[in-house]
Amino acid sequence: MSFWTRHQVFEKNSIILVVGILLVIAIGGLVEITPLFYLKSTIEKVDGVRPYTPLELAGRNVYVREGCYLCHSQMIRPLRDEVERYGHFSIAAESMYDHPFQWGSKRTGPDLARVGAKYSDDWHVTHLTNPRAIVPQSVMPGYPFLSASEVDPDAIADHMRTLRTVGVPYTDDQIANAGADLKAQADPDNSGADAFSKRYVKAVVRNFDGKPGTPTEMDALIAYLQMLGTLVDFKIYNEKVNLR
Amino acid sequence: MSQPSISKSMTIGESGLALVFAVTAFLCVVASAKALDAPFAFHAALGAAASAAAVFCIINRYFDRPAALPPAEINGRPNYNMGPIKFSSFMAMFWGIAGFLVGLIIASELAWPALNFDLPWIQFGRLRPLHTSAVIFAFGGNVLIATSFYVVQKSCRVRLAGELAPWFVVLGYNFFILIAGTGYLLGVTQGKEYAEPEWYSDLWLTIVWVVYLLVFLVTVIKRQEPHIFVANWFFLAFIVTIAVLHLGNNLPLPVSVFGSKSYVAWGGIQDAMFQWWYGHNAVGFFLTAGFLAIMYYFIPKRAERPIYSYRLSIIHFWALIFLYIWAGPHHLHYTALPDWTQTLGMTFSVMLWMPSWGGMINGLMTLSGAWDKLRTDPVLRMLVVSVAFYGMSTFEGPMMSIKVVNSLSHYTDWTIGHVHSGALGWVGFVSFGALYCLVPWAWNRKGLYSLKLVNWHFWIATLGIVLYISAMWVSGILQGLMWRAYTSLGFLEYSFIETVEAMHPFYIIRAAGGALFLIGSLIMAYNLWMTVRVGEQEVQMPVALQPAE
Repeated sequence: MSFWTRHQVFEKNSIILVVGILLVIAIGGLVEITPLFYLKSTIEKVDGVRPYTPLELAGRNVYVREGCYLCHSQMIRPLRDEVERYGHFSIAAESMYDHPFQWGSKRTGPDLARVGAKYSDDWHVTHLTNPRAIVPQSVMPGYPFLSASEVDPDAIADHMRTLRTVGVPYTDDQIANAGADLKAQADPDNSGADAFSKRYVKAVVRNFDGKPGTPTEMDALIAYLQMLGTLVDFKIYNEKVNLR
Repeated sequence: MSQPSISKSMTIGESGLALVFAVTAFLCVVASAKALDAPFAFHAALGAAASAAAVFCIINRYFDRPAALPPAEINGRPNYNMGPIKFSSFMAMFWGIAGFLVGLIIASELAWPALNFDLPWIQFGRLRPLHTSAVIFAFGGNVLIATSFYVVQKSCRVRLAGELAPWFVVLGYNFFILIAGTGYLLGVTQGKEYAEPEWYSDLWLTIVWVVYLLVFLVTVIKRQEPHIFVANWFFLAFIVTIAVLHLGNNLPLPVSVFGSKSYVAWGGIQDAMFQWWYGHNAVGFFLTAGFLAIMYYFIPKRAERPIYSYRLSIIHFWALIFLYIWAGPHHLHYTALPDWTQTLGMTFSVMLWMPSWGGMINGLMTLSGAWDKLRTDPVLRMLVVSVAFYGMSTFEGPMMSIKVVNSLSHYTDWTIGHVHSGALGWVGFVSFGALYCLVPWAWNRKGLYSLKLVNWHFWIATLGIVLYISAMWVSGILQGLMWRAYTSLGFLEYSFIETVEAMHPFYIIRAAGGALFLIGSLIMAYNLWMTVRVGEQEVQMPVALQPAE
């Protein structure tokens, strides 16, 4: 029986055809995806990577909501010009707590993986409100409405709990104090600022948008941008440790 | 008043579905009242209204219909079900125009950023998913549903399975589009490209898609022909694989069942791999396998020639669906994804060139002996040119998946240009060609209202595509080269913003190309509208053939 005659079994039986399709399309995905969950070399072991603070998380949600990832990548490739332009290339551990990942696929604007601490908070407020006030040739939309919208401190604990279920290691302490921490991070005079700094090592406490009162989405987004790429200290990072 | 005859009763499907929708309407009202955020309340209210409307329509339809269900055959001919096909064709045209228009708006926003007006709902970041979803899932999806329901009936010579089910598929699918699209404008998104709809839209789409698979599969199972026609293999692969991809990439955990926000189960690198396994195969199975099915039915039909090689189509089919699944990692070259995965992705992407061109050859060579028709039939010309664009972008794709090339092309407009040569040239034109065939067939018209207008559409749209893709090639390669340019002293030559500034003229040319493409589709909509309204009714050939005794 020739190959072509044998093939008729698919042409004449719809269920066999469906099973055949399922088997054929399963292979590639299984081979490429499953090992990423158990190969130890996939995600480096590094010091410094921590889950987002409540305010940073709220800011990240604004980043996702406004579709920033459609024009800004968060993934520096190990190419000479990129490393010189943006800093050390991105490593997998830096986005291990990102649900969803925001590596992006297009740079209509520059990469943001290491934008943290590069510009002042003031710069960000002005730039987000009216990008062309600072960079006349910019094509970025303005986001003045972020300053008018407050972040709800009571809602964030549920978000952290959800993230913990999908694998982000928030502690009970962090979840219990989520609302207070959210307010404290944007207010250095807040009585809870010290407790916050203990819960989130090296997290920055500042009044990001420069305005008093409940943190706004502007505070949150800038808090998020200012920590991007700052968690791992590449001066002491030894990549040979991760050759496993 | 007509008295319903004694034997008339609701089918299990009618009563069951009415009950399910009544319960859904109630649940949606509760969800709307308890909603944690305004978009969720709005969507739940829409869901309640749609479910209530569905209950009304089902009951109304029951009272209007004759006691007996439509027969499977009339005079020995299958009694084809054209209603859902007509609806989907209409929606395809509607969403197509909407999607092209939003594309033109966002292209203009990039050229003239003041057009964002500092408003959240129309700024680029929210409109861009609206554009991609409207053209891929709304326009493309409706074309695929319409053509698949048509092709499966005709090539199996049997009436579409189910009476309410096909309507559930087309209406439910378009309701999904409505929820997803309005969600983007309100800032409801998962933040994963081409998989932006949030958890509740995903859930609804899953239900609709399973019913779609069942309607299609059951129709194939009760076919009158011994063989399953090639186009149906491709449609099946498209429906089955999209279901798998959708489920794999969208495993969200909602923060609350009364809120729109969710967090996806995968994080970081695994999420990236899942995303592009999904993303590339949305291209491979939604925008390729499904539309290849259209090619395998509509080109032979229109050219009145058999498919060039049956054996080639067998190889084409299995090789294409096997290889495509592997290609995802080429979207993640030089990222934190492990090298072995990147290299596998690149290797299979290059191999994918072969079945893609096998399919192209099979489509083009079907014209053997009928090439002269290209001069007289602009619809066939559109179909054939679409296959040529398919060949072009399936060469460009493997080339861009080579790591060295990708290091230049990635993150630039070259990718956008590549996508649009495929989307406008291949998917767009093959869809237009199919709709130009399908509308007269489904509405029983002798032919199109005007072939001259098709000709105009063809040339205007082609010019638009050429402007679009050449502008994006130039801007993409230019920007890629500027990013890596060094001065003789070893410094980076250009700041980032200088490369943005250099894009400006090409963004204007791109917008002009998009405008031409949109104008073409408006001409098409007018032509199809007039075909339905004033086109001459085709006289049904009386079935006189009786088996010889």
